[in-house]
Amino acid sequence: MSFAGWGNFPRRQGELETLRDPAAVRRAVLGGGPVLAHGAGRSYGDAALGAGRTLGLRGLDRFLAYDEASRDLTVEAGVMLSDVIDAVLPRGLFPPVVPGTRYVTIGGMVASNVHGKNHHVAGAFGAHVSALTLVTAQGDVVRCSRGENAQLFRATIGGMGLTGIVTDVTFRLIPVETAFIRQETLSAPDLAAAMRLLEESRNRTYSVAWIDGLGKGGLGRALVFRGEHALRADLDDDQARAPLRTGTPPRLAVPFHLPAFTLNRLSASAFNELYYRMNARREGMRVVGYLPYFFPLDGVAHWNRIYGSRGFIQHQCVIPRAGSSAALGEMLALIAREGNPSFLTVLKLLGPGDAGMIGFPMEGFTLAIDFPVSDDTLRLAAALDRIVVASGGRLYLAKDARQDRGIFDAGYGEADAFRAFRAEAGASARFRSLQSERLGL
Amino acid sequence: MSGQRTVLVLGGTSDIGFAIARRYAEQGWTVLLAARDADRAERNANDLRLRYRGEAVAVAFDALSLEFHARFLDGLGMLPDTAVCVIGVLGDQARAEADPDHAAAILRANFEGPALLLGEIARRMAARGRGTIVGVSSVAGDRGRGSNYVYGSAKAGLTAFLSGLRNRFAGQGVHVMTVKPGFVRTAMTEGMKLPGQITAEPGQVGRAVYRAAEKSRRNVIYVLPVWRLIMLIIGHIPEFLFKKLKL
Repeated sequence: MSFAGWGNFPRRQGELETLRDPAAVRRAVLGGGPVLAHGAGRSYGDAALGAGRTLGLRGLDRFLAYDEASRDLTVEAGVMLSDVIDAVLPRGLFPPVVPGTRYVTIGGMVASNVHGKNHHVAGAFGAHVSALTLVTAQGDVVRCSRGENAQLFRATIGGMGLTGIVTDVTFRLIPVETAFIRQETLSAPDLAAAMRLLEESRNRTYSVAWIDGLGKGGLGRALVFRGEHALRADLDDDQARAPLRTGTPPRLAVPFHLPAFTLNRLSASAFNELYYRMNARREGMRVVGYLPYFFPLDGVAHWNRIYGSRGFIQHQCVIPRAGSSAALGEMLALIAREGNPSFLTVLKLLGPGDAGMIGFPMEGFTLAIDFPVSDDTLRLAAALDRIVVASGGRLYLAKDARQDRGIFDAGYGEADAFRAFRAEAGASARFRSLQSERLGL
Repeated sequence: MSGQRTVLVLGGTSDIGFAIARRYAEQGWTVLLAARDADRAERNANDLRLRYRGEAVAVAFDALSLEFHARFLDGLGMLPDTAVCVIGVLGDQARAEADPDHAAAILRANFEGPALLLGEIARRMAARGRGTIVGVSSVAGDRGRGSNYVYGSAKAGLTAFLSGLRNRFAGQGVHVMTVKPGFVRTAMTEGMKLPGQITAEPGQVGRAVYRAAEKSRRNVIYVLPVWRLIMLIIGHIPEFLFKKLKL
């Protein structure tokens, strides 16, 4: 048996053990040897691959409580975001923050402190978590919040599962009138224009830019998608018939790993050109379903297989605003020169950094690019790392499969404090991933 | 469609039982979850209430306490529209060969307990004039194999019992469906090497059971259709050859 993260790189030999209740988590932690929690396997690299035993938490999938007054929902850590949405959207509620796929577990969203297209106004997911339950290295079951075990709470938000195993999470839902998004599409001829449009979108709820990484026109030709939760009055007659419908699972699926030759500069370039033209034609305002707006790639099951069996990496960094245009320009120029066949390059403006000792978000621009794994792309990624660090930025651990410890330490100011916290709590011997070994955490 | 229909899930804390319960709850049914572990059953019932905003009740129940079957059914206060029985244990074949108590426990949990309980429910449903019974049996009951014949023979017994119930009560408004799930990724099969192409997820079983029992009213279903073919082939291997195979 072997398993891997969403990028299929690296792979780890061994078994994924499924746990079904909190008592089993405690037994596994006390069972001796290093362990690590694993959710839906949607982190891209080696963050959820245990250096010892890997404990699958999908069996902890019960809803535990809902408080109508505060809109606080408590679920077990293995509950999928898609299940939360399916249950709460028909009642006019929505998660406060969603990442680019709904096939993640709530525990994983805490461990990665995921951010969404609304980070600049809402912060990351951790900001909306009011409490969580953690099984510590000693097997203690500890309730944490901002008022209770606050330091452990803060270290666990974005802590990549390295402080303990989260068994349940309480977070606050937001009210929505409909399941639709009022989407505004704007086109930008180059990177500078795209960055300016994102800056101007700071008072909008959701905003994100798709960048043509191979742009033949200007470098960084982009489409900016802004979104607001649509009101009933925004819907057309057809949409208004089922204003809170949750939608259906994907019908398209990639059946197997595509051979490497199908993905190259030419096909990626053609895809990028097509995507740009199709969407640029739709400039202006449209009301779209929440599924295509938030989770466009969920529409194709197993889309990670288009990168072939060698897998792919995603390089996602955040660069502080000062100096970001020079650094991003340099990165895009380097990528275009190397001819990376990326289908997906995403740029977003993040708001102020919030919870977590090693939580990713900080104020600035975040750029995410996919690379099929090869010696060339690994070299390219390392070159991008140096630009990121030189401009005071850092890499997102949920996407990371390969950065070295020097890059990590340069980017995360609290890296040593996190190490010390783990050592003191006895967590560094107990909770270990391939990523934590690589980064010396 | 009325939201008042009620399903009794016997074995409501098993992965398959819970998945079936979720499917019924999602469709607006009131769910009674019966299981030995009352705390776990209550946690599952709570999940159903929160997720689907319907009614779900946990009831403590042990299928092996035969003398309590009638009292348990009386205590429900109503006869459910549909009863689904997911009770069963895989057991340990090697241990069962050396330890008659273990073999007897496997036979009871997979055959005696579920069969007598479903028989009692069928009689009550027939007296009322309608009802649906879903018995989860196994492909292992289609032919005895050296590697799990204690479990397999108990499931064969259950399959035959369900077939008999179907035949006996068909004219009295009681529909009996037999489910043969094949490989399913559950606690029972944890750690086994399961071939991905012919292994179902519990959620798939839940959907298949609901559709087949409540929509198309089938008699016997294999959750993944390919199992019908697999068991057809296995069933047709001549005995003189079959006995030489390591199965």
